[in-house]
Amino acid sequence: MGILVYAEHDNNSIKGATLNVITAAKAIGGDITVLVAGSGCGAAAEAAAKIDGVSKVLCADNAAYEHQLAENVAALVAEAGKGSSHILAAATTTGKNFMPRVAALLDVEQISEIVAVESADTFKRPIYAGNAIATVQNSDSTKVITVRTTGFDAAAAEGGSASVEALDVAKDEGKSAFVGEELAKSDRPELTAAKIVISGGRGMQNGDNFEMLYKVADKLGAAVGASRAAVDAGFVPNDMQVGQTGKIVAPDLYVAVGISGAIQHLAGMKDSKVIVAINKDEEAPIFQVADYGLVADLFDAVPELDSLV
Amino acid sequence: MKVLVPIKRVVDYNVKVRVKADNSGVDLANVKMAMNPFCEIAVEEAVRLKEKGVVTEIIAVTIGNKAAQEQLRTAMALGADRSILVETEEDAQPLAIAKALKALVDKESPDLVILGKQAIDGDNSQTGQMLAALAGMPQGTFASEVNVADGKVKVTREIDGGLQTVELSLPAVVTTDLRLNEPRYASLPNIMKAKKKPLEVISAADLGVSFASSTKTLKVEPPAERSAGIKVASVAELVEKLKNEAKVI
Ligand SMILES: Cc1cc2nc3c(=O)[nH]c(=O)nc-3n(C[C@H](O)[C@H](O)[C@H](O)COP(=O)(O)OP(=O)(O)OC[C@H]3O[C@@H](n4cnc5c(N)ncnc54)[C@H](O)[C@@H]3O)c2cc1C
Ligand SMILES: Cc1cc2nc3c(=O)[nH]c(=O)nc-3n(C[C@H](O)[C@H](O)[C@H](O)COP(=O)(O)OP(=O)(O)OC[C@H]3O[C@@H](n4cnc5c(N)ncnc54)[C@H](O)[C@@H]3O)c2cc1C
Repeated sequence: MGILVYAEHDNNSIKGATLNVITAAKAIGGDITVLVAGSGCGAAAEAAAKIDGVSKVLCADNAAYEHQLAENVAALVAEAGKGSSHILAAATTTGKNFMPRVAALLDVEQISEIVAVESADTFKRPIYAGNAIATVQNSDSTKVITVRTTGFDAAAAEGGSASVEALDVAKDEGKSAFVGEELAKSDRPELTAAKIVISGGRGMQNGDNFEMLYKVADKLGAAVGASRAAVDAGFVPNDMQVGQTGKIVAPDLYVAVGISGAIQHLAGMKDSKVIVAINKDEEAPIFQVADYGLVADLFDAVPELDSLV
Repeated sequence: MKVLVPIKRVVDYNVKVRVKADNSGVDLANVKMAMNPFCEIAVEEAVRLKEKGVVTEIIAVTIGNKAAQEQLRTAMALGADRSILVETEEDAQPLAIAKALKALVDKESPDLVILGKQAIDGDNSQTGQMLAALAGMPQGTFASEVNVADGKVKVTREIDGGLQTVELSLPAVVTTDLRLNEPRYASLPNIMKAKKKPLEVISAADLGVSFASSTKTLKVEPPAERSAGIKVASVAELVEKLKNEAKVI
């Protein structure tokens, strides 16, 4: 029994998203075991042991897990999680990639992207781009769940003193190989963790004009996001897309610049605490969710904003 | 080589669905339905692989009710050679759908299965990964580029931090992301031709799959509405409000 939480990490520290998952695990109730899988991930396992509320850490340190290949990680998690009451991971691209595989290996259903825990078997999750919230009850003996991080506060990264055990299980399915990656480098905060997010849409016209947003963002310690239209047009890379099929964010302040407010975009940001919209079209749907709307040409408004903050 | 493309009939992405007054679900009566956008991208990718000479046959498949034949015809108008409807009136969950697809994979032995990364109604993003696990296949999810060569498929994936490329042995499962391609529109002659392409209807029982689910929907509610905000007249007023009223900067 107990809850198994799959940790995301960079070998040295545990990523913020996992701290939100721990809070979801606490709401469910039961002993929390954190699984850290990677290659050379010992320091991350030590960090996981300090998270408040964690009773045990399993460290699967093996070359097979270096790039988090879904085939290998799913086989590991299915074995480590067998008999657990719940297996939880963040609904990041990592969790979304391997968790359904875990569920299928255990022959149970998966509950995707929960935003609230009603009880140990009942959860709330958004469907239809967040236009409806379903309360679902699952009767599988092991519940496989991905957690939308914006639905839960982060657990304290310090204060715990769990034991760390090595998990000597090498699962190399041999059917997939890592070829390479191109990771966006940025000194700005991560989109999903930032307190302030400034996003640009098609109205930005090109990638160079995003510099205006970066300048304001750097003054405010904000992350910069984008609409799908801005990503599709090649203004900015895919990892900046906010929305139903991109990243879900819920910062204290979200500023939408030159974004019309399509359902799919709103699905990714409408749980933000304060929403600001800057758009030259006063009929734009984004104004229906904005706390503060400014009808203006962004090419006038953004430089002025830059000078006033 | 053969490609299987599972597609799903969903509410058109332009429709803002409303929750039913009795909280039993969303109101889908008289709502416009369409092929899930990610499935259109999957069909398009299969068609492009066929145009490149990599693929010889494309089979579109859906698990759904009679009406879903419409989306299979669309898939064939876009270039699928034939299609299969696994007919059911039930609201099947991803695990059951993956099991049905696994049964079809056993029957058809495709080298590649291309699915959408998520259906825009359930938003589960599970089916492809589950099918891969059940069929013992590797997976390339959230694909923005797919290259097939020498019995392998190289998939570039859209991940939270950027892009990742993996190489998978065939047979494999690929799920599509938005940037993989821009789907074409079906031409009128192709829509006519599609009417003559084979569409096989089988029942879930024929496949030996049950659609019973361990997940019960207790209620469906509208999300919390945001209260209407105000319009500010100037950037200066906006900054003042953010500092002193909302206290977020
Ligand atoms: C399957 C599917 C998934 C999708 N997923 C997502 C998703 O995850 N995220 C997402 O964002 N979208 C998504 N979309 C796309 C979505 O439907 C919209 O097309 C998109 O959000 C529009 O982006 P936009 O608001 O930047 O562009 P537009 O709708 O073109 O809006 C541009 C806005 O900029 C304003 N503007 C232009 N010039 C100026 C100026 N000088 N000053 C001020 N304002 C100006 C205009 O008035 C307009 O309101 C998805 C669509 C589909 C079908
Ligand atoms: C709480 C809850 C409430 C629901 N309410 C409703 C409702 O009111 N009305 C309703 O119609 N449904 C409802 N459903 C069912 C749900 O919309 C999906 O049909 C089901 O969960 C499958 O998940 P998905 O389509 O999101 O799969 P995903 O895993 O997101 O789909 C990914 C891909 O798998 C393939 N795929 C998925 N389904 C099929 C299929 N049937 N045939 C062939 N290929 C397929 C496609 O390629 C698709 O792009 C509900 C489900 C839940 C959990």
